[in-house]
Amino acid sequence: MTTTENVTTEGFTPAPGSAGALKMVSNHAKFEFGLILRNGEQILLTLIIPLAAMVGLNFVSGIDLGTDDRIQVIVPGTIALAILATAFASQAISTGFDRRYGVIKLLGTTPLSRGRLLASRILAILAVEFVQIVLILILGIALGWRAHGNALNALIFIVLGTISLTALALLLAGTLRAEATLAVANAVFLLLMFVGGVMIPLTNAPAWMASFAGSLPSGALGEGLRAAMGSGAFDGSAALVLVLWGVIGSLLTIKFFKWE
Amino acid sequence: MSNALSADSISSGGSTSESPVESPTPAAAVSVEKLAVHRGKHLAVNGLSFTAEMGQVTALLGPNGAGKTTTVETCEGFHKASAGSITVLGLDSRRHHKELTARVGVMLQDGGVPLGSKADEALRYMASLYANPLDPDELADTLGLNAVTSTYRRMSGGEQQKLKFAISIIGRPEVVFLDEPTAGMDLETRNVVWEIIHSLRAAGVGIILTTHQMEDVERLADKIVLINNGQLVAEGSPVEFTQQDRASIRFNAAVGIDFSTLSAELDDHLSVEEFAPGSYRIMSASDVETLAKLTNWCVANSIPLTSVSTEQERLEDVITRLDLQGGEL
Repeated sequence: MTTTENVTTEGFTPAPGSAGALKMVSNHAKFEFGLILRNGEQILLTLIIPLAAMVGLNFVSGIDLGTDDRIQVIVPGTIALAILATAFASQAISTGFDRRYGVIKLLGTTPLSRGRLLASRILAILAVEFVQIVLILILGIALGWRAHGNALNALIFIVLGTISLTALALLLAGTLRAEATLAVANAVFLLLMFVGGVMIPLTNAPAWMASFAGSLPSGALGEGLRAAMGSGAFDGSAALVLVLWGVIGSLLTIKFFKWE
Repeated sequence: MSNALSADSISSGGSTSESPVESPTPAAAVSVEKLAVHRGKHLAVNGLSFTAEMGQVTALLGPNGAGKTTTVETCEGFHKASAGSITVLGLDSRRHHKELTARVGVMLQDGGVPLGSKADEALRYMASLYANPLDPDELADTLGLNAVTSTYRRMSGGEQQKLKFAISIIGRPEVVFLDEPTAGMDLETRNVVWEIIHSLRAAGVGIILTTHQMEDVERLADKIVLINNGQLVAEGSPVEFTQQDRASIRFNAAVGIDFSTLSAELDDHLSVEEFAPGSYRIMSASDVETLAKLTNWCVANSIPLTSVSTEQERLEDVITRLDLQGGEL
């Protein structure tokens, strides 16, 4: 029941102050994590499509992966695809609509600063990626995948890929209208998924395509993860590509991102 | 008629209102001085000055496009002043934006809450950004939000408004900006929101309200700041806005009574007329002193009254009239 009796003056005495930065960032990350996991379209994009692509590629032997032990190549590719979905496509779309519906504007009036907002978004993305990777590895093991390579190198690529793709997502979402962001993010995601060197290794691709896709963050992430989770090698040029995209994306985002 | 004020004498332009509260009290909730703000190339606010005190509800009124939202958003730190100054709690609204975010609560007119979030989680999350927030569950209970289980996207307009209002006060701010707070609310909810705003005011919070609902203004406002074309049209209390020369006291008595002795007893600027047979009015007054003079005169002259009423121009009409005048400037 709604009653007015419990509206007391004492309760509303001003007592301003912001929470600690760490508490704010972790609470905001938790909040966003919950929102991502509840959103059906986001789940489709970040979980169902990667897992379906993984199973499909495993059984459609017409696509040459350069090896007979297909699942060893597919698992790192699927992780790259999951990162592309979460850090780029899903992040661009949700940021676009957050801008459109005044969410970022309202947050701008709270003690959650822009820097903290970015930090907590990246934390939320990493948390979603953790869930994705666990599910991908479980399904991979069921399909015959066995751990190989160097976990640390793989982790480096996951973090580098997340940062540079998030920067590009924010650049897109912060400069275009929400609907345009939705269209562009989905189109880029689908395009890169098939020809961006994400899931299908560039080793058998024509040279021009290999060098083109390899210089995209998607291809660099896919190739870097396949090397780390295959031979265990650290693909230095792929890492450099990710760092460059990350720096360029961040600088352009800082310059052009419109918060309202 | 000491406190009566004609429309023209309600202070306008840059001058302050007639009550000289220049005491060394703590800073005003909002102080706007000769503010100019451009939106793109358009000069949305043009030389606006007004003050909103702590412990008061200041209503910013004016037609769409008058510059209300731009003014409020400049207070909130979103726009840069092209000229003049704007301080909130004595601090420059842009330079001290970060410090002010902890002390100021904001309810935006449209949106602000993530579409997929539920009332309780959004409120708890927002509370977690502040050091000493209100209890989110208690506030949800007070506003009847605890029964709302749908996500923001699927809430009714009134429920969305309640949640946005709750978010604006959850951090126990010193100053609150409310943009159309009661739009779309049912009567019961509106009463609760009014009640809370009264409590905030009594607790010393400075409240700046932009609204199109005259009931909000009549129930809440201590001060009205009427703007149009980015400029101040008039400023004053609701009483100052309505107790004007357009007020009257009407009474019905026998046809053709001689009211010359009544006229003589009234203040000089008041006139009496029989505007229809047996229907009389005292022009330009609706105060109880004049009413007392009328009834005393009736007693002294044994004149029975069949009815008596005071008429005031409604706030809405005053504002419409002033708006039009302002618009012609």
